[in-house]
Amino acid sequence: MEIKNLLAKFKHISDNPKEMLDKYISNGEKVIGCFPYYVPEELVEAAGMVPFGVWGGSKKISLAKEYFASFYCSLAQMNLEMGLNGTLDKLSGIIVTTLCDTLRPLSQNFRVGVPNIPFLFLNHPQNRKEDFGITYTKEIYSELLEKLVKISGHSPSDEDFVNAYNNYNESRALRREFVKLAGKHPDKVSAVNRSAVLRSAYFMKKKEHSEMLKELNELLKKEEVKEWDGVKIVTSGIMVENKALLEILDKHKVAIVADDVAHESRAIRVDVDLNEKDRVLALAKQFANQDDDTILYDPTIYGRPKNVANLVKESGAQGVIIFMMNFCDPEEMEYVSLKKELEEEGIPMIKIGIDLQMEDFGQAETSIQAFTDVIDF
Amino acid sequence: MSETEKIPAKQMLRDVVDMVYREAQEAKDRGEPVGWSSSKFPAEFTEALGLKVVYPENQAAAISAKKGGQRMCEHAEAMGFDNDICGYARISLAFADGAECEEKPMPQPDFLLCCNNICNCMTKWYENVARMHDIPLIMIDVPFNNEKEPSQAQVEYMKAQFKAAVEQLEKIAGRKMDEEKFNQACANANRTARAWLKACSYLQYKPSPLSGFDLFNHMADIVTARCKVEAAEAFEALAEEYEERVKEGTSTWKYDENYRIMFEGIPCWPVLRTLFEPLKEKGINTTAVVYAPAFGFVYEDIDGLAKAYCKAPNSVCLETGVEWREGICRENKVDGILVHYNRSCKPWSGYMPEMERRFRKNLNVPVVSFDGDQADPRNFSEEQYKTRVEGLFEIMEEEAAKKERV
Repeated sequence: MEIKNLLAKFKHISDNPKEMLDKYISNGEKVIGCFPYYVPEELVEAAGMVPFGVWGGSKKISLAKEYFASFYCSLAQMNLEMGLNGTLDKLSGIIVTTLCDTLRPLSQNFRVGVPNIPFLFLNHPQNRKEDFGITYTKEIYSELLEKLVKISGHSPSDEDFVNAYNNYNESRALRREFVKLAGKHPDKVSAVNRSAVLRSAYFMKKKEHSEMLKELNELLKKEEVKEWDGVKIVTSGIMVENKALLEILDKHKVAIVADDVAHESRAIRVDVDLNEKDRVLALAKQFANQDDDTILYDPTIYGRPKNVANLVKESGAQGVIIFMMNFCDPEEMEYVSLKKELEEEGIPMIKIGIDLQMEDFGQAETSIQAFTDVIDF
Repeated sequence: MSETEKIPAKQMLRDVVDMVYREAQEAKDRGEPVGWSSSKFPAEFTEALGLKVVYPENQAAAISAKKGGQRMCEHAEAMGFDNDICGYARISLAFADGAECEEKPMPQPDFLLCCNNICNCMTKWYENVARMHDIPLIMIDVPFNNEKEPSQAQVEYMKAQFKAAVEQLEKIAGRKMDEEKFNQACANANRTARAWLKACSYLQYKPSPLSGFDLFNHMADIVTARCKVEAAEAFEALAEEYEERVKEGTSTWKYDENYRIMFEGIPCWPVLRTLFEPLKEKGINTTAVVYAPAFGFVYEDIDGLAKAYCKAPNSVCLETGVEWREGICRENKVDGILVHYNRSCKPWSGYMPEMERRFRKNLNVPVVSFDGDQADPRNFSEEQYKTRVEGLFEIMEEEAAKKERV
């Protein structure tokens, strides 16, 4: 298949998650919804079910207003909306986490507002690196697994764990490779298509996604690296997936060569160690090794801003666009340190406020255009 | 001291908080390390180690009440912090940045004590201060609870964190923690909590011997000094005064007590008087505030201590939150509820609409809400507040008339 055909396929899936959901359901499979952040999807797959990412996606927010005042992020409100309006009804369960101040009440609102979908609560620890943190993570993952097994009726064998972990490790590795390849070939992979490839992974079995991505990566590797006549940037934020916004980047020849986005690269940095024979412990250790995320406590205190600056240097980007999700406390709280670090390193940056309901990007386009002019200069 | 010279409890309580800040400043002047602590970090450990600690949330509330909130928030915004970040955090980050602040000066920190049972924003707030001052941060993480009781796994996680925190604190203090001093700090904390709960319990009397708004002011003690014997003594004196008032038939609420309400949420400190005025005019006394159960925690052993610190207003499940509030509403016989949708506090306000529905159904009382902020006066509209209180008053009048007709 040609690159453009493969990309079109990814884009179709990314644009039509319901088709994938219906396909799995009609195959008689059970599907478990996974809210942000750091849901150990491997457990869902090991228990014989299909993990399905739920990161916003409703067209409007109306029913969720009965639960949230206006000053909550659109991602949380949309997820609740989809529970309340029946969009998620076909799911056999939903895993809800609590790593930010909006997810805390969201977990409660979802549990009481959407009683028809089995609610799977997951409260990750922030002191995740020490032995006691790893032990606690293992405990809550074990509890989650127990609940998943009750839903699926399938208690995973060691082989099931190994297969699931291999599938996920492979998927993460391929996505990491794709991020680099897309950065090298912005003439072949637009920002819109880059997002579609990464986003579609949330709606597919990882093995299926990997088969397509392997093919795409191989084709991209064969392509000659052409000099890019636009600018190269790193994106940062919770989600950068709005097509109208990404089209602006494409229109102004802004190539994403790396990202610090929760929905994209932050979620695929760390693999599961298959040498750890206690399989649930292996997953707990994977979470312990997650770092450089606004959502997580940073025991080194200085890690995350430096990581973004390094990402810029390593990827050859010329600047950073921070897509600030409105009402997202963790991102807002970390913005000042990130800005300071980038300024100290002489890396140009802009901040553009977004939410998932946004339709008018006129102001964003003006800012992006001005930013590219500054970088080019 | 003779009976006639007895210091009023209110003064005693004020003196205790002054002592906490004075002693911290004196320690700083002597070159000893001084910490900043979140309001529900286990103070038992620092108390046992003799480390002096001050409380940014308390400072931010004091600054806001003295009208410095907006200025400090704007300083933080100029640093790049968004205006929808918690007002306390913005004030504290501005202060950490060296913003002038005559309203409530306190020493800059040498170490930080963060317990995120209050909120996750606290984690990032303290990380920022740690970065700004390049100082150690001691983190006690409390995962949010979906059940009424924390699991044993969570209790073990908490205890292990306590052990690690003590090791870090011992290094800062330059001495080992004395077991006896720790036991004494725990005993003091329990005594303070009992006395606090007892003082709060006088709100059940009808008419009440106190204005519920008094408790907002006394919270400073329960936050900053609960492990100190002086705080326990001051709250015991306060409870005694209320007891006297019940006998005498007097009250710190100097107005008619036509109706009794629960005030839900952190008060809007910059406009406390504005909050009070329409209530005073209509004879509406606040006889329930959630701080009573939230800070009145008594424990017996280290497991109990761990569980106690798992339970803060923003770390307990919806049902426990509802239970706390409905308990005090019933005990203190409220006729209505006034809910503050606090722009500064996403975790708190985030389950308020559901709580409102439950209050109406379970307590059969009117519930009215208003928009405000604990620290930033720009998020409060006096007009809206007055209209909402007026609305609540009218419904309570109608309900009372209905009851009379029956």
